Amino acid sequence: MELPFFYLFSAGIVITSLFMITRSNVIHAALLLVLSFFFLAGLFVLAGAEFLAAVQVLIYSGGIMVLYLFSIMLMNVQVAVRIRQWHRQRFFAILIVLILGFEIWSVLGKGVFPAMKVWPWKLGATPGNVEALGSVLYTKFVFPFEVVSILLLAAMIGAIVLAKKRIDS
Amino acid sequence: MISNAWLIPLFPVVGVLINGFFGKRLGEKSGYVATLMAGLSLLVVILIANEMIFGAGGKHTIHLWDWISAGSFSVSLSFLIDPLSTIMLLVVSGVGFLVHLYSIGYMHGDPGFSRFFTYLNLFMLSMFLLVLGDNYLVMFVGWEGVGLCSYLLIGFWYEKKSASDAGKKAFIVNRIGDAGFLLGMFLIWMLADTLTYQEVSQSTSKFAVNINVLGIETTYASIIGLLLFIGAMGKSAQIPLYVWLPDAMEGPTPVSALIHAATMVTAGVYMVARTSPIYVDAALALEVIAVVGALTAIFAASIGLVQNDIKRVLAYSTVSQLGFMFMALGVGAFTAGVFHLMTHAFFKGLLFLGSGSVIHALHHAPEEQQQDMRYMGGLKSKMPITYWTFLIGAIAIAGVPPFAGFWSKDEILANAFFSGHTFVWIVGSIAALMTAFYMFRLIFMTFHGEMRVDSHAREHIHESPPAMTIPLILLAVLSIFGGIIPGFPPEKGWIHDFLAPSLAKMSHVTHHSSFNLISSAHAASGEAGGHHGPEAMYLIILAIFIAVGGIVIAWSMYGKKSKIPDKIQHKFPGLYKILLNKYYIDEFYQKYIVEPIYRLMKFLWNFDSKVVDGAVNGSTLVTVLTSRVSSLFDLRTVDGAVNGVANFVRFFSQVFKFLQSGMVQNYLLAMLLGVFLMLSAYLLQ
Amino acid sequence: MIPISHFLTLGAVLFLIGAAGVLMRRNAIIILLSIELMLNAVNVTLIGFSRQWADLSGQVFAIFVIAVAACEAAVGLAILISLNRDKTIMNVDEVNLLKW
Repeated sequence: MELPFFYLFSAGIVITSLFMITRSNVIHAALLLVLSFFFLAGLFVLAGAEFLAAVQVLIYSGGIMVLYLFSIMLMNVQVAVRIRQWHRQRFFAILIVLILGFEIWSVLGKGVFPAMKVWPWKLGATPGNVEALGSVLYTKFVFPFEVVSILLLAAMIGAIVLAKKRIDS
Repeated sequence: MISNAWLIPLFPVVGVLINGFFGKRLGEKSGYVATLMAGLSLLVVILIANEMIFGAGGKHTIHLWDWISAGSFSVSLSFLIDPLSTIMLLVVSGVGFLVHLYSIGYMHGDPGFSRFFTYLNLFMLSMFLLVLGDNYLVMFVGWEGVGLCSYLLIGFWYEKKSASDAGKKAFIVNRIGDAGFLLGMFLIWMLADTLTYQEVSQSTSKFAVNINVLGIETTYASIIGLLLFIGAMGKSAQIPLYVWLPDAMEGPTPVSALIHAATMVTAGVYMVARTSPIYVDAALALEVIAVVGALTAIFAASIGLVQNDIKRVLAYSTVSQLGFMFMALGVGAFTAGVFHLMTHAFFKGLLFLGSGSVIHALHHAPEEQQQDMRYMGGLKSKMPITYWTFLIGAIAIAGVPPFAGFWSKDEILANAFFSGHTFVWIVGSIAALMTAFYMFRLIFMTFHGEMRVDSHAREHIHESPPAMTIPLILLAVLSIFGGIIPGFPPEKGWIHDFLAPSLAKMSHVTHHSSFNLISSAHAASGEAGGHHGPEAMYLIILAIFIAVGGIVIAWSMYGKKSKIPDKIQHKFPGLYKILLNKYYIDEFYQKYIVEPIYRLMKFLWNFDSKVVDGAVNGSTLVTVLTSRVSSLFDLRTVDGAVNGVANFVRFFSQVFKFLQSGMVQNYLLAMLLGVFLMLSAYLLQ
Repeated sequence: MIPISHFLTLGAVLFLIGAAGVLMRRNAIIILLSIELMLNAVNVTLIGFSRQWADLSGQVFAIFVIAVAACEAAVGLAILISLNRDKTIMNVDEVNLLKW
């Protein structure tokens, strides 16, 4: 049952991503990315990371992307301006990307993947993902957790400082 | 007093110092100072002579101080007082004192008055050293000293070029002789390890060694004798080094009298006499000396026959008489040589001073006429003292008995004859004839006949002041009695006995024993040429004949008005010209000796300056070239290397700078490219 | 059961798409969005492996990735704003002071 959903979600992600990188309108690109994040959240649920799916929607789409959108609107980007969209190195870049894709595919093709350990997935039978994550996060990974909080603080200060309007005397 | 003999040279030293430093201030008084010093030395000499002659006599060495002490070579400044040095001291100090006295009058008014007396005293000092020294080195010091004074005094009027040239000529020719002297001294020391006369005379065996030089069988003694004689040739004006003496007449007349008649020129004779112990074994050297002496005597006399300058005649006469002295030494009659030295000092000194008196009287005449006999004449009545003393001197030199010259000259000729040197005797006799002739030619031309003096000067002719005439008179007395008193009877006189300890005795192989008139005492001593009976008398008569004959010939040609001189001159114009020009010897020397040396000197000078300068310039050239090369190298190679590195970097940077596009996406692409490469590497492993 | 290879493939594809977007677009905001896409691709791979090995570390790590992405987005946008203060066009090419 999961597999068709997987295909559905992944197709959705890929297509929206492809569209995203090809749009000339920045708002369109941002909104398309939001959409791809939604698909991604579904994928996370399929992979048994429900909390992460929620976090994805809440933080990534709801926070980061909103931030992007606000910035776009703040910067008053001319959406319909005709400028050259594509970089001069695009051919070389496509080439590299394709080659890399080919290489990764060949790596993956070679790989022997062991059998998967199966998670028991029963509703309510096992502790939920949130509980499990919480118990790990605050014990085993408490140090990186604190560090990340400081990182967030630093980023916040940095963003404020960088974006501040200079007061000219 | 003998032990205080060091006083003798001390007085002249004091004179030199006083006159040298204060002469200008003293002015004419410097003459008194110098004469006083000469007089004091004479006094000391007389006292010493008194002890030597009438007292104990003997040989005394007065040691003053050690001079050189280098390993085995040691020489001390010591004086030797013995009969020979006593005689020499008497002559030098006596005549020297008289000349000092004379010069006070003669040099009066000359701007260099005090300088003259300084030099005179210096000369006395050197001559005393020469005569007093007890070894060859001290003698050499005095030898050089008198040479220096001779130069200073000949060139006294140095502003006159001929005078300064004459001084130079004297000194240079002397030095040529000195080279021989030095070599002789070296050889003596080499063989005998000493230079003291006493020790040398005791080591004669070392010199008598026979050696063979260039095929000639001879002894070391002869080599030494010849070398020392070369020194004597220079100092005593023998052939070929006599050329300086006639020119030396450029100096003031007292100088000619003292130095070139009585004292300095006799230094050579003294030196040979001192070396007589060596000469006894030097048969070859003695032969050479005798022949050279004889040739010099006749050669100089022949030139003196036709000279017109009064002093030149006397100068050539001096050379000739010196030749006589060496003739005596050469035949082994050392005593006769010294005896003639003494008498010659008297009459030649007198003659020179007399000529000075004449020149002094003519000082208002034009300069080239003052000494020319053709412009004199008839001075007899105007200058009686000068005339009579001069006449006495002329008679003495001509060899008329009983005046001084006869005794010594006859002894020489007799010794030459009886020792078998017939050639020498003949030549000497002819020279004696010439001597008498030219002396009286001089007398007649100067004092007799009509006065040919310049009319302006005639009124000023007067007899000389007493300062000048007193020495003339004193010397005239000595010229009369100075021969017969010491020298009679011949060979057995006082002087022969007195000098015997100082001079070596020759033993002659050619001894005509059958004519031995003298008792065996003399035969045992083997004295050279003891007078042998009738031969001796014949010789004496012949000598008197020669002397008188010469006077008569001179009288007939110059004493009365005569055309003979002109006739002879016209008949033998070439001969006359050669004699007048002194056989062109000076010109010969100039052309074949002096000028080649000048050329060599110039060549060496040029060579030196070119080579030396060339080397210096060449080195600068080399320096400049190498600096250019190294600068080139530095510019091209070194700078090139540095610039090359920079260019290399710049070239590559201009290629690689395009990597820095400034565009982040390019950098990202590069990163992906790197990932790709790493993956490929991993995959292709 | 979704085999792990699917997750990995999806992650790779997403990553490459994001890389293409970063390299090819001139617009700065699009570039930033593409970077976010690449981060998400990483998340996918992490989750896939977490599911494979039944280890929650993957998910924790994914949380951290999201947190860091947030920081980076904020700072990046702040930079963009300060760079293009008076302009309306955001052309990355103009940020080229390091050009030779």
